Amino acid sequence: MPPPESKGIWVFLEQRRGRLRDVSIQIIGEGRRIADELKVPLSGVMPGWKTEGIAREAVEYGVDKVYLVEDQRLENYLSRPYAKVMVTLIRKHKPEVVLYGASKNGRELGGRVHAIIETGLAADCVKFEVTKERNLDMIRPAYGGRSLAHIICANHRPQMASARANVFKRATKTAGREGDIVREKVDFQDGDFDTKIIQFVESAAHEGAKLEEAKVVVAGGYGLRNQANFKMVGDLAKLVGGSVAASRKAVDAGWVAKEYQVGQTGKTVRPEVYWAIGISGAVQHLAGMQESSKIIAINSDPNAAIFEMADYGIVGDLFHVVPELVKALRGPGH
Amino acid sequence: MIPQPAPAKGPKMVVCIKQVPKAQEIQVDPVTHTLKRVGVPSEINPPDRHALEVALELKDKHGGEIIALTMGPTVFIQSLERAMAMGVDSAVLLSDRALGGSDTEPTGVALSEAIRKIGKFDIILCGEETTDSSTGHVGPGIAGHLDLPQITYCIDVQIADGKVRGKRAVEDGFEIWECPMPCLVTVNFGCNKPREPSLSGKIRVKRGGLVTQWSAADVGLAPEKLGLKGSPTVVNRVDTVVLPARGGKIFKGEPSQTVPELVKALRNDKIAGV
Repeated sequence: MPPPESKGIWVFLEQRRGRLRDVSIQIIGEGRRIADELKVPLSGVMPGWKTEGIAREAVEYGVDKVYLVEDQRLENYLSRPYAKVMVTLIRKHKPEVVLYGASKNGRELGGRVHAIIETGLAADCVKFEVTKERNLDMIRPAYGGRSLAHIICANHRPQMASARANVFKRATKTAGREGDIVREKVDFQDGDFDTKIIQFVESAAHEGAKLEEAKVVVAGGYGLRNQANFKMVGDLAKLVGGSVAASRKAVDAGWVAKEYQVGQTGKTVRPEVYWAIGISGAVQHLAGMQESSKIIAINSDPNAAIFEMADYGIVGDLFHVVPELVKALRGPGH
Repeated sequence: MIPQPAPAKGPKMVVCIKQVPKAQEIQVDPVTHTLKRVGVPSEINPPDRHALEVALELKDKHGGEIIALTMGPTVFIQSLERAMAMGVDSAVLLSDRALGGSDTEPTGVALSEAIRKIGKFDIILCGEETTDSSTGHVGPGIAGHLDLPQITYCIDVQIADGKVRGKRAVEDGFEIWECPMPCLVTVNFGCNKPREPSLSGKIRVKRGGLVTQWSAADVGLAPEKLGLKGSPTVVNRVDTVVLPARGGKIFKGEPSQTVPELVKALRNDKIAGV
């Protein structure tokens, strides 16, 4: 049985460069829903520096109470001191649930904290439900995305999970919504700050975000055979106003950078139109694009799984089909 | 005790690896809904191969020693042997029936205790996550247990001025973190080209005697803290996701016919971008 005194839903409020991260706004929305169902408050933990304004914003998004730990050394995310904040406050206030947005930082923070607290942690959840026994059913894709595993943490508290980005709807702001900002002190040692961030380089292209927001995605797979041929994907993408993406095998082969990868170990996209060029449709790829509104497949293998998922398709040699298609889309005169 | 190679001046590194079913071979038992592991071709977890390569490159540059560590059934020796054929010095298999069914929490504990028994080390390396469970929890979990600094999701790892520098790939760019040793680093899938086993490496492996096997008791683990019993989480049920076939318009034949047919269909249906 879980410790009976554990109460309340918590979210880790991740701020980055003076802003509350999107994934945190998404888990506030989901955390609020769970808290209302369990009739308990929703609280947030925010380590940072000069972040009271962001904490107030979190309240407007639906958090009842923000535990604010301010220290100049907490301005940017660092594993050790942020984990110490979480561990200290979890031990002090005993929440029943702690949710993390599954950013890189949120995932690694949860991993460190669950080991220290000795509790359960479910990764990359896409859905949460409350069971009859008042446990959180933490639902996550498993086995290459072809299954959904229901994870239960019955006897340990808090029940912890990270929530996949861009799955849960963002909470909406209510201007003037009231809540408590509670300042907490954490007893840091010098050793907690033995890690330094010595450089940050903002990604110039920032393709990742583009890919996830793109209305049209044109993805190439192993059927393209080599890096030079992959250019065809770019040509088609330009014509249809799409962002370039790739299957894991194409990334694995070194033709395209990892940030273009769609699939279970890559990005999840839901564009209006998804072109799959030379992609057979391995489950792990389908997991990242199956919610696309329209899927168009070009593949030489009529039995390729991608055709099951496709709204439109051409069975044929892509080395003939794609150039022909590019010509047809350009129209006469080119 | 682990066989000790010649005394090394460079960093002592422990690389945690897992053996996983090959991605394209993932099969789910239709009755039990669990992952089929027996009789399914398996390999070193792909991100772990990149972690091995990071360690090997650091050793190429600075000297030192690399120990591969895994937890699992004895068939995992295949992966340890492959790692050694790539250039890893020695290997430890932590194997015990009591460990079966462990979630990420006891797995982190067990690997941490094995690392403690290995003794003094400078860097622990792990892949960013496994392809069969995809949690990424075990690396940070080990760092938590052993109270070490951690640098995760690295695409480049260097040693400079006695410190470890990891270039982290984050959502909006790159961060370079620096921390003292000992520390734990996790390595991103795709960040380097893992080397193939060498002939001399294969010969070393063939001679044998490089894998040390420990039980749970050998590393001081109590059985009730391990396996299904010792895991905070259980998989209560698994629903198979059946993707409904979309029954799309699939054109077959010569491109001179199929391409105009497709374009016409797309334009009729007002598909964006066409």
